Amino acid sequence: MSQTEQAPALAEGVDTPTPPGRTSSLLARSLRLWRTRIGLLFVLILVVIAIIGPWIAPHGASEFVATPFSKPGQNGAGILGSDYIGQDVYSRFLYGGSSILLSATISTAIGMVLGIAIGLVAAYARNALDEVLMRAMDVIMAFPQILLALVAVSLIGAGWGIIIAAIALTTAPRVARVTRGAALPVVERDFVAATESMGLSRPRILTGELFPSILGPIMVEATLRLTYSIGVIAALAFLGLAPDPNGANWGSMIQQNQLALATQPWGALAPILAIALLTMGTGLIGDGIARTAAGIDRERGDE
Amino acid sequence: MRWLRGGGISGFVVRRVLLGLLTLFLVSVVVFVATQALGDPARAILGRDATPERLTALQNQLNLDQSLVQQYLNWLGGLLHGDLGDSLAAQLPVSTLLHDRLINSAVLVFCAAVISIPLSIALGSYAALRREKPFDTISTNIMLLLAALPEFVVAVLLVILFATTVFTWLPAISAVPPGTHPWDDPKILILPTLTLILAVAPYVARIMRASMIEVLESDYVEMARLKGLPERTVLRRHALPNAIGPVFQVIAINLAYLAGGIVVVEYVFAYPGIGSALLDAVVNHDIPVVQALAMLIAGVYVVVNLLADVATILVTPRLRTRL
Amino acid sequence: MSVQQQPTPAPAQPSVSVQDLQICTNSGVPVVTEVSFEISPGEVLGLVGESGSGKTTVGLSLLGHARRGLRIADGEISLDGENILDLGDEDLRRLRGSRASYVPQDPASSLNPALRISLQLREVLAAHGWGSRKERDARIAEMMREVALPDDPEFLRRYPHQLSGGQQQRIGLAMAFANRPRLIVLDEPTTGLDVTTQATVLTTVRELAALHGVAALYVSHDLAVVAALARRVAVMYAGRIVELGPAEDLFESAAHPYTRRLVGAIPRLTGGRSLVGIPGHAPSPGRRPPGCAFAPRCTLHIPQCDENVPALDTVRSGHRARCIRAQDVLRQARAKVGDPLDLIPADADSAALTLENVVAHYGPIEVLHSINLTLERHECLAIVGESGSGKTTTARSIAGLHRDWTGSIRLGDKELEASARARSTESRRQIQYIFQNPYGSLNPRKTIRETVGQPLSVFDIAKSRKADEMVQEMLEQVSLSASYANRYPDQLSGGERQRVAIARALISSPSILICDEVTSALDVSVQAAIVELLGQLQRELGLSMVFVTHNLPLVRSIAQNVAVLSDGDIVEYGATADVLADPQQPYTRELITNTPSLETATSEAMAKEA
Repeated sequence: MSQTEQAPALAEGVDTPTPPGRTSSLLARSLRLWRTRIGLLFVLILVVIAIIGPWIAPHGASEFVATPFSKPGQNGAGILGSDYIGQDVYSRFLYGGSSILLSATISTAIGMVLGIAIGLVAAYARNALDEVLMRAMDVIMAFPQILLALVAVSLIGAGWGIIIAAIALTTAPRVARVTRGAALPVVERDFVAATESMGLSRPRILTGELFPSILGPIMVEATLRLTYSIGVIAALAFLGLAPDPNGANWGSMIQQNQLALATQPWGALAPILAIALLTMGTGLIGDGIARTAAGIDRERGDE
Repeated sequence: MRWLRGGGISGFVVRRVLLGLLTLFLVSVVVFVATQALGDPARAILGRDATPERLTALQNQLNLDQSLVQQYLNWLGGLLHGDLGDSLAAQLPVSTLLHDRLINSAVLVFCAAVISIPLSIALGSYAALRREKPFDTISTNIMLLLAALPEFVVAVLLVILFATTVFTWLPAISAVPPGTHPWDDPKILILPTLTLILAVAPYVARIMRASMIEVLESDYVEMARLKGLPERTVLRRHALPNAIGPVFQVIAINLAYLAGGIVVVEYVFAYPGIGSALLDAVVNHDIPVVQALAMLIAGVYVVVNLLADVATILVTPRLRTRL
Repeated sequence: MSVQQQPTPAPAQPSVSVQDLQICTNSGVPVVTEVSFEISPGEVLGLVGESGSGKTTVGLSLLGHARRGLRIADGEISLDGENILDLGDEDLRRLRGSRASYVPQDPASSLNPALRISLQLREVLAAHGWGSRKERDARIAEMMREVALPDDPEFLRRYPHQLSGGQQQRIGLAMAFANRPRLIVLDEPTTGLDVTTQATVLTTVRELAALHGVAALYVSHDLAVVAALARRVAVMYAGRIVELGPAEDLFESAAHPYTRRLVGAIPRLTGGRSLVGIPGHAPSPGRRPPGCAFAPRCTLHIPQCDENVPALDTVRSGHRARCIRAQDVLRQARAKVGDPLDLIPADADSAALTLENVVAHYGPIEVLHSINLTLERHECLAIVGESGSGKTTTARSIAGLHRDWTGSIRLGDKELEASARARSTESRRQIQYIFQNPYGSLNPRKTIRETVGQPLSVFDIAKSRKADEMVQEMLEQVSLSASYANRYPDQLSGGERQRVAIARALISSPSILICDEVTSALDVSVQAAIVELLGQLQRELGLSMVFVTHNLPLVRSIAQNVAVLSDGDIVEYGATADVLADPQQPYTRELITNTPSLETATSEAMAKEA
């Protein structure tokens, strides 16, 4: 008579692994780490500033309040002083985040979707299609992100649409490379072969088997891409290529006010700190997720 | 065609070079399409001054009446002969305009690379050896934060720190008077180079650390220790050569990234290199200059990647003998 | 191959002595406890255990080494009278590779892929100051001859990946014997090697050990291999030695219930034998009960067993066991050769599966040269071969996972397309496949219910509640309780995962089951349980089965017919009993001779003693 794994009941009781019911998903688990929490805090602060800033700003973005480069409190200037032509730094600061955040998020999202799709298809195809796709990605990746944005802007002029398109276009191949790299080992695993033997359609394999298996690297890459997108868009504004060069924009503000760094630093310092905090925040979140994923892999024994 | 399919390193190099050339060719198509084929370059250049007569005149001057393919071939032909066209803004041949600037940028990138690459390899390796001890945790976190900051933020912060507000040791502007060389006054190179190093080193160091950790936990390193080899030998002969292979690709990517990074850095420090030239050209719609610089920067990426691939092959015998 | 043991002289003063060894994790959880044994010069002591028993940890500790996260907490390890645990770092380093050396399990990953083997051989001599450069080169040439490898400089210039598995392992042996050590620890050095290569390596080990008077510890999970090599064997379970004694005593009549069950789970070449596994699994460190660790799974269990851990008491001269009922165990009759297998007769007039002139390629290389097979209904056909023989390619081609083949594969009378995707849903449903690696064949992100239920949705058989019911039933049929449905694969053991894989394969009621080395990655006792389960399911569900394996004795326990594959050709094909008892082809004969088996080893040992 064959004895089952279940009886004697004692055998199971003595060595039952973690109780049924999965511990929370990757995101939730990564929030247990301090670095993820701090990162999230940074990001949230800045997002809140960017969203409700315009509502609580004491002055308009282009309102003249004092003589240029007045220190805080001097000549009627606000708590952060006035900028290069006398506008209120504090108000412009509150107005200055939304365009950067919005355009960075949108372009990253588009780039991620494109890149993941291409990467998954390339990884699963493993043949000529893979080669062709990756060559195409190589061609686009030959241009540093800011370079392509500059070229596009030089021709068509600076508009949010163009900037978003350029960033999305340069984000996609980088994401595709990472996706493909993460998906290739999974494609070789037997559980994918099992679904192939059942005849599961290719799209269903990509979305149902491959994609869920690479969520960890994808999320980390997403935060990384977001960090770079913010950096490039802010840099473009800094270089004077924002769609509205005189509008309130953290990047432009730095460039406008950097002359007075020695005397009235706030005009440049406030937006610098904001961008620094924001990018460090996204970086910390990404690192938190990466460490959690590595920890989970170790737990699993990665056999 | 036997050399094409031939074995060994030379066969691989040949194939890789051809692949690189193909990529460059496709890149040139992309550059051309992006600058000349979309929209009307003449209109873009003239902007608000675009009256019909001036448009026609400029179009004739730029040979825009020819077919796109013809224009492309003209341009490509010129490139291959070293004729980069004439700058529209400066009325000078592009090559003359860029010559000195190219040298300036090359010096900058060279200094940054020569310092950052060995530094990050050393840092990453040491952090891996002292894993989870204080040096590792502190340096890893610093690297993480530095890698996240955009370059212009790092640049301006450095300026605040060393040139204007906190200390005033170094010049805030790195203008190189025309006719002189950057190395005539090395002080001006310090901050821009430092910015570039801080942009690239953290990332390479982290990858090196990860690679080294993986190697240190490998079976063959454990075996080397079990053979009673001195730790020095284990690290030098067994760990490091295997850890460094994957890092070449990353170094390549970062060197190429530097090529884009110099745009911002040269702007902040008013350094006369190809980055600031590109910026001026963009603002002035100086298309030939934009085309030339785009090709150059993309070309650097392709070449550096090729070198990285060859270097990886040289360091990994397993791949070598399979060729 | 009959492995002869040289008669050892009366045991000299033991050169290796281990007392009360305790190894813990960094947080203090004991992994190995109360381990004591001795080895005399020239003697091979076998250390046997399944995964998680701690045997590798013990092996490594003899060189003063503990893996990351572990430390040697207590005890004494003496080599020629010197306690190596007292040594400082530099002395320990000098010990390793010179007086005590290690042969690792996986030769491929233990050799530095970036260095030529000449350098890797030379450095172990140089690190311990072996003479001048010329003397070292001479020694290397000598070592190569000792392990039956070419000693010319051309061969030595190779990189590890340019050697075969067997050659790599022999390099490992050469490096270990280079400095004429006093102690060698061999950690499953023949895992993954072909049976023929394995036999050669085992002979080399034995000869070198005897030649140089080296004390050897041979760690393995494979009892048959150990029996061929070691005069004395220690059995480990849950971090302790549970039995220690002469090899033939342990195998003929063990004094510990675990050893008995382990021996009973080993497939035998002779006699159709039903395998009996051991239910449950060994407790992991930190979850070990206060009393005997094996008690929960033991059929001789009485309440006293749970009170204290039994001591390792002497049962007979030179034979000790850690069981309070050891005398009762001894009194149990010697394990019978086994009941003949209860196989349903195959249905000779309806062929479930026919392969005709199947030729398969991997890229430009032809790997199957012309395969002709017939699988009848209710039959279990074993396909046996060494690595590279093409057995997995055959299995995958049948399932449509390998597409690059020509010829004819018929399901009943229906021709099958080369790729699974091109086949009809019905064809796909009829042929189900179980993979070798239980850790890779289940999606780690899906619950057991989702995995087992997937075929139901892909083949459109059942949905939601009906599907859940079918999943529950299926789990029960493979002896997993309903609570498993909500778990994830990483919460299951290897044997449990393989049961899940079986459940997934059978839930769509196929007619043909293809098992591709499904037990190769499992411990012996778990393997027995799975084979038992498969046999039972085959009978209950009337399946036709193709069972691919490299383990020849295992075939006896499950298949009526067997096809022997070598280099892409079928060299022998017939009824299992016939082929194994009276092989016609030289390749088959050699395969059988080279397969280590308990019977030949112990009977020879007994003959020598006489």
